[in-house]
Amino acid sequence: MKLVHPLMKYVRPGAISTATCAGCGDGIMAQAVLRAIDELELNIDDFVFVSGIGCAGWIPSPFFNADTLHTTHGRPIAFASGVKLARPDRKVVVISGDGDLAAIGGNHLIHAARRNIGMTVICANNGIYGMTGGQVAPTTPLGLKTTTTPYGNVERAFDLCALVEAAGASYVARWTTYHARGLTRSVKKALTKRGFSFIEVLSQCPVQYGRRTGVGNAVAMMKGYKENSLSVKKAASLNEEELKNKIIVGELVDKDSPELTEEIEKVRRIHE
Amino acid sequence: MGKEILTGVYFMQGDIACAEGALAAGCKFFGGYPITPASEIAERMAERLPQVGGVYIQMEDELASIAAVVGSSWTGAKSMTATSGPGISLMQENIGYAVATETPCVLINVQRGGPSTGIPSIHLQGDIIQARRGSHGEYKIIALAPASAQEMFDFTIDAFNLAEKYRTAVFVLADAFVGHTREEVIIPEPEEIYRVQRKLPEAGSSEGKIRGFLDEDIAPMPIFGHGFKTHVTGSCHNDFGQRNVIDAEALDYYIKRLNNKISKRAHEIISVSQDMDGKEVALISYGSCYRAAREALNILEDEGMRQVGSFRLITVWPFPRVQIQELARKVKSIIVLENNLGQITPYVEAAAGGQAEVIFLPPRVLGTLHDPHAIVDKVKEVIP
Repeated sequence: MKLVHPLMKYVRPGAISTATCAGCGDGIMAQAVLRAIDELELNIDDFVFVSGIGCAGWIPSPFFNADTLHTTHGRPIAFASGVKLARPDRKVVVISGDGDLAAIGGNHLIHAARRNIGMTVICANNGIYGMTGGQVAPTTPLGLKTTTTPYGNVERAFDLCALVEAAGASYVARWTTYHARGLTRSVKKALTKRGFSFIEVLSQCPVQYGRRTGVGNAVAMMKGYKENSLSVKKAASLNEEELKNKIIVGELVDKDSPELTEEIEKVRRIHE
Repeated sequence: MGKEILTGVYFMQGDIACAEGALAAGCKFFGGYPITPASEIAERMAERLPQVGGVYIQMEDELASIAAVVGSSWTGAKSMTATSGPGISLMQENIGYAVATETPCVLINVQRGGPSTGIPSIHLQGDIIQARRGSHGEYKIIALAPASAQEMFDFTIDAFNLAEKYRTAVFVLADAFVGHTREEVIIPEPEEIYRVQRKLPEAGSSEGKIRGFLDEDIAPMPIFGHGFKTHVTGSCHNDFGQRNVIDAEALDYYIKRLNNKISKRAHEIISVSQDMDGKEVALISYGSCYRAAREALNILEDEGMRQVGSFRLITVWPFPRVQIQELARKVKSIIVLENNLGQITPYVEAAAGGQAEVIFLPPRVLGTLHDPHAIVDKVKEVIP
């Protein structure tokens, strides 16, 4: 009997050989998104997946058998905004990396959150530029030696969730690839929110991060995620010193505020 | 609902006429960012699009504006942006993306004085080559150059029609003079306005079987939301949109198909207007310079000098090389009028190939209209 993965029905025929390295966290993220769609019994034809440049940009494009828009570096949220504004009935999901969404594309990220446009942004945060060979990213931990910080990173890392929360997102969550179930739950929640939802997923890059920086292989990195994570609830009872170098996982924001395309529709109704 | 087409006779600013032309063409999406001297287009669209069931969005910058325009066009909406040179500089990467993904969209460049911030309210034809080659890689572009408020209306409609027909990005290369001039604009009856709609794949076309890209006869556009499961990428791809970032052969096919789509049809895209029968000297112009050329010809005619004619580029790109080759065989001299330091002049020289003398004539002061008398003086140097 031939065994077929239950989520294969969502994979674009002919696009099954992955471009990601062995041990990459992208596969766990891809599964979390597809599993969420499956469990919610949504029709993948109602989605438009938008991604940028970088390894994580290849999660939906070409693998998801749906309308997919693989864009320029840093701009997927801006492209996705055009899709959502013109077709508010579409479920618009951006899947891309930290370099794409938070460095070159950081402006689009905060403005989409500010507008509270109804889309879900899932950010694979591997803390490094993986596709280009392990250069420092705005998410790289202070002091880490990368190919472009041979003496150690002198810059602080971005807290992406705090950034997006401050900009006004309706839903913000952080998980790691170790927390596949929590991540899937959050994707389900995000896909059903009316406003802007953002999920940061700490995702291991065993080649450009793990091997080069000496953190270890994929298993070691995921063990690190397990050992260093704290739930939002647990973190609330700890002080700043105790939270140092910890990963706070879970839902950080879940609120309702006016969604952009609904507000635009109200303006249009004045003229009907 | 408001009217898409405001039939009537108006005293209207060029930028406003451009916005009305876009609406008359069926534009339903505008993504932009304020910039002088193009802001009036955005303001008019912000007022008018909600009236006709469209969407106006002011994005956080020009990079986002053109990205949103491309995203919206993939849902099937006729989409546009309007900016000036600095904004176009910022949009360049995604203009290349629009061309590469065969996304119909219209880009209005109300040119101003540059480089850099330059002078926002002074007109210069400084972005002619930028429009042609501003984005990286090998690609073709279509660009129209209006000379009046009326043409801001007419050419914007033409730009949408070309974008829809050829599935590509089309420029309207206006300038601050044309954009800010107020003059008579006639908006025709709706049935007199020719509107082209992009070809779509047949409903129910089976997924993965749609050759939605790289057809020299223009592939139907598998827009989002119809179950086509379309794969769009700015990476090198094949007829089905499937990415290939390994093979030089694939890149060769991708580049040549994209370029041939336009170059093989250059003869149907190129538009020039000329009255060169039996003339000895040609005044080549485009955009606002055409107005000065016209006036110079009026003066020359009054003086009885009828051996001078006008050859106007309505489409600057694709460049009318063949037409200028023919022109050069017939005339003694070609005077090229440009409000810059000579951007199309080298193209004219190359096309003329030594068959006729080519003289470049800028206005005495860049950023102003040519003095028609200076053009007349130059003609008299050529024909003593």
